[in-house]
Amino acid sequence: MDMSFSPEDAAFRRDAREFIARAMPPHLASKAAVDGHFEMSEIMEWHRVLFTKGWVAPAWPVEHGGPGLTATQRFILGEELALAGAPGLSPFGLSMVGPLLMQFGTEAQKRRFLPRILSGDEVWCQGYSEPNAGSDLASLRTRAEDDGRGNFVVNGQKTWTTYGQYADWIFCLVRTDASGKKQQGISFLLVDMKTPGVVVKPMLTIGGTPAFAETFFENVVVPKENLVGPLHGGWTVAKALLGHERTMIGGVGASLRALARVKRIARATTRGGAPLLDDPEIAAKIARLEVRLRSLEMANYRTLATAALGHAPGPESSILKIRGSEIQQDCFELAMELMGHDALSWHETEGAVPPLEAWVPSTYCYNRATTIYGGSNEIQKNIIAKLILGLS
Amino acid sequence: MHFELSADQKLLKETAASFAKRQSPLTRARELRVDPRGYSRELWATLGELGWLGLAFSEAHGGLGGSFVDLSIVLEELGATLVPEPLVPSVVLAGGVVAQLASRAQLEQHLAPMIAGQRTLALAHAERDGRYDPCWITARAERRGDSYRLDGEKVFVLGGHDADALIVVARTSGAAGDRDGLTAFVAPPDTPGVQVSPIATLDGRRAAHVKLDGAELPVSSRLGDEGAAGPALMLALDRAAAAACAEGVGVTRAVLEMTAEYLRTREQFGVKIGSFQALQHRAVDMFIETELVKSASIRAAIALDAGEPTEAAWAVSLAKAQLGVGGKYVVQQAIQLHGGVGITDEHDVGLYFKRMHALMSSFGDEAHHVARVARSPLFTAGL
Ligand SMILES: Cc1cc2nc3c(=O)[nH]c(=O)nc-3n(C[C@H](O)[C@H](O)[C@H](O)COP(=O)(O)OP(=O)(O)OC[C@H]3O[C@@H](n4cnc5c(N)ncnc54)[C@H](O)[C@@H]3O)c2cc1C
Repeated sequence: MDMSFSPEDAAFRRDAREFIARAMPPHLASKAAVDGHFEMSEIMEWHRVLFTKGWVAPAWPVEHGGPGLTATQRFILGEELALAGAPGLSPFGLSMVGPLLMQFGTEAQKRRFLPRILSGDEVWCQGYSEPNAGSDLASLRTRAEDDGRGNFVVNGQKTWTTYGQYADWIFCLVRTDASGKKQQGISFLLVDMKTPGVVVKPMLTIGGTPAFAETFFENVVVPKENLVGPLHGGWTVAKALLGHERTMIGGVGASLRALARVKRIARATTRGGAPLLDDPEIAAKIARLEVRLRSLEMANYRTLATAALGHAPGPESSILKIRGSEIQQDCFELAMELMGHDALSWHETEGAVPPLEAWVPSTYCYNRATTIYGGSNEIQKNIIAKLILGLS
Repeated sequence: MHFELSADQKLLKETAASFAKRQSPLTRARELRVDPRGYSRELWATLGELGWLGLAFSEAHGGLGGSFVDLSIVLEELGATLVPEPLVPSVVLAGGVVAQLASRAQLEQHLAPMIAGQRTLALAHAERDGRYDPCWITARAERRGDSYRLDGEKVFVLGGHDADALIVVARTSGAAGDRDGLTAFVAPPDTPGVQVSPIATLDGRRAAHVKLDGAELPVSSRLGDEGAAGPALMLALDRAAAAACAEGVGVTRAVLEMTAEYLRTREQFGVKIGSFQALQHRAVDMFIETELVKSASIRAAIALDAGEPTEAAWAVSLAKAQLGVGGKYVVQQAIQLHGGVGITDEHDVGLYFKRMHALMSSFGDEAHHVARVARSPLFTAGL
C-alpha cells in the first residue's frame, strides 16, 4: 500500500496548479476567490482556456482530442481545478453526450458533434427529466413519432433542463413505442434547440441563480440521422454512462475547498472579540466535519487507485455520491451557522458582509440540489441495497 | 498510489482469516467470557509461533520487521471473529513502549518472550482523572538509592489481570499534563506494594485496576532515561488507537454481513424484512460507514508506516474519530435491525456491539480524537 503520488504525478500537479493560476483571467479569479456564481458566458470562457491547453476533456481518448492523461492525472487535474475554485464546466457535452456518441454514435455523428463539444462552439443540455418522470425516468412521455419522410416529430415537455436557455443542442430520451415494458420503447435523440417548436422557459434556482429551464416541444421535426443507438434502445444508451469513471463524483475537491472556507470564516468571525475558531466547541464541530470528509477522501483515493489499475470500481465507489453530496451540503450549512447574523445576507447587496461570506447563503440554498440531481440519494440507496447488499 | 495487498499480504490475510475461523470462531469468544483469564495461553503461544506477535516489531527489536499495514491485516481478521487474546494491549501498547525504550538486555528479558508467545505484558498508564490525556499522570516514582518507590493508581490496565509484567508509567518530575518527567518501569505483578485488582470489561474481557503503594522497583527495571518516556507512550497509544481501528474494521464488516443476511432471511408480514425500504436504506448507511471506517483505518496505518509524526497523529485521530461515529452507527443499527433477538445475550450481534464499544472507549474516544484533529497543525495549514 502506498498513499503517495509518484514524482511524475506530483510534477503534473504542480504544472496543473501553476497553469490554472496563470491562465485564469482576473475577472474569473476574483469570482473564484469568493466562490461566486459563474455566468454561463464565464463558464464557456474558461472552457475555451482549457480547450486551448488541451485539457478540456481529460477523459476523452486521444483520437477524439483528449490529452492522453492517466486516470491519476485526470483525477489530479480535476482536484486542482476544484481546489482553485475554477468555473465548473458543463458536463452535458464533455462527460455525457460526447462519451455516449463515441460508444454508440455513427461515424457521421461523431464527426459532426465531437469537435464542437470539445471546442465549446456548441453548448449541450440534457433532456431526461419530465414533470411526471423524475426518479422514475422510464415513465417519460415526450413522444417522437415517425413522419414517414425521414423525420421524427417530437411533442412533450422536459424540465430541470440545466443550461437549457444557453444550449445549442439537447440530448433527449423520448418515447418511440408505448406498447411494451416502459424501458423498452425509449430512444435517444439529439435535437437542435433552434428547431421551430422548441420553447425554453428559464427558471431561477433557490440560490437566486439562473441554472435550469423548462423545455417544451411542439411538433418539433428532427431528422432521423439524429437518433443515437438503435430505435427503442435509448435506455441502454443512457445507462451506459453509469459505468463511467467515478473518481470525481463525490465532489471531494470542492468540499475540501468549502471546508477551508468554513475555517477561514471561523477564524475571521469574532464573538466578544475572540475568533470563533478559538472556541473548542466550534473547532470540534469543524473537526467532526473534517473527519467525515477525510474518510470520504480516502474512499475516493481507493476508487482512484482501482481506476488507475484499469479495474472496475469496487463497492467503496458507490458511496461517494451519497456521502459526497451530503458533505457538500454540510460544509455550507456549517458556514451558515458560523456566520450568525451574516447568514441573513443575500449576494444581491454587495458589501453587506465580508467577501469571504458573500456567496455562502446562495450556495447553501443551491446545494440542497446535490442530493437530488444525478439520481437522488434515496435512489442511490435503493441501488446499493439491491446490487451490493442483495436486498429486494 | 495503490492500496492493493502484496502477494505476501494476501497470504497473510488468508492465513489470518482461516486461523480465526478454525482456531477461534465466535463461539470461542463467547465461551471465554466466563473464563477468569478470558483467553488462552496455548493460543497465545500459537500466535507467537505464527510470528504475529512480533510482526510489526523491527528486527533489531526481535520482530519480523513487518509494517503496521501488515499488523492491521491480521487485526482485521482477528477482529471479525472477536479473537480474545490481548494482542493490542500486550503487543501494540505495552510492547510498543518497551520496544522504544528498552536496553538490549531488557529487550531480551521482556520483549523476546512476549514475541515468542510465552509471556504477556500490560501497560499501566491511565489514571481516572486524566481521561484520555496520555500525560495526565500523577502516580509518582521517587528515586531512593538503587531503587524507585512508586505510589499512585492506574485504571483499566487492559490485560493487566493476567500479565506477566506490568509496564508502569509514573512521574519522576513535573506536574500532571507535562509531557516531560514521565518514566516507565517494568513491574512484576507480585511486587510488594503492587495490588492488581481484576475487573470485567463490557466486552467480556478482563482488565485490572492497579494500586501502587510504596512499590519498590530496582533501577534496572527502568525503561530508558528518567523522565523521557512521554514520546514513547504517546506513539504507542497512537499505534494502539490505529490497531483498534483495524480490529474495528473486522467488526463492522462482520456485523454488516450478519445483518444483511438477517434482512435477506427473516420474514414478517409475509415478506423478507429486507424488502422494506426503511431497512434497506439503514443497511446502506451501515455499508457506507463500514467503508468509511475502513478507508480511514487504511490511512492511519499507512501514515504510521510513513512515520511523519504530525501527519501520523492526525491520521490516527481521523480514523479513531471515524470509528467512534461510524463503528457505533453500524453496531447500533445492527441491533435495531435484528429486533428483539438482538437484545438477547444468546445472539452474536450483541458480542460485536459490546466489543465495538470497548474499542471506542479505549485509546481515546471520539471526542478526544476530534479535539486532537482540531488542535493539529494540519487543521489550519494552508488557510
Ligand atoms: C439543480 C438540478 C439540475 C438538474 N438538471 C437536470 C438536467 O439538466 N436534465 C435533466 O434531465 N434533469 C435534471 N435534473 C432533474 C433531476 O435528475 C431530478 O430532479 C431527479 O431525478 C429527481 O426527480 P424529481 O425531481 O422528479 O423528484 P421525484 O422523483 O418526484 O422525487 C421526490 C422525492 O421522492 C424520492 N423518491 C422518488 N422515488 C423514490 C423511491 N423509489 N424510493 C425512495 N424515494 C424515492 C426522491 O428521492 C425525492 O426525495 C436536475 C435537478 C436539479 C435539482
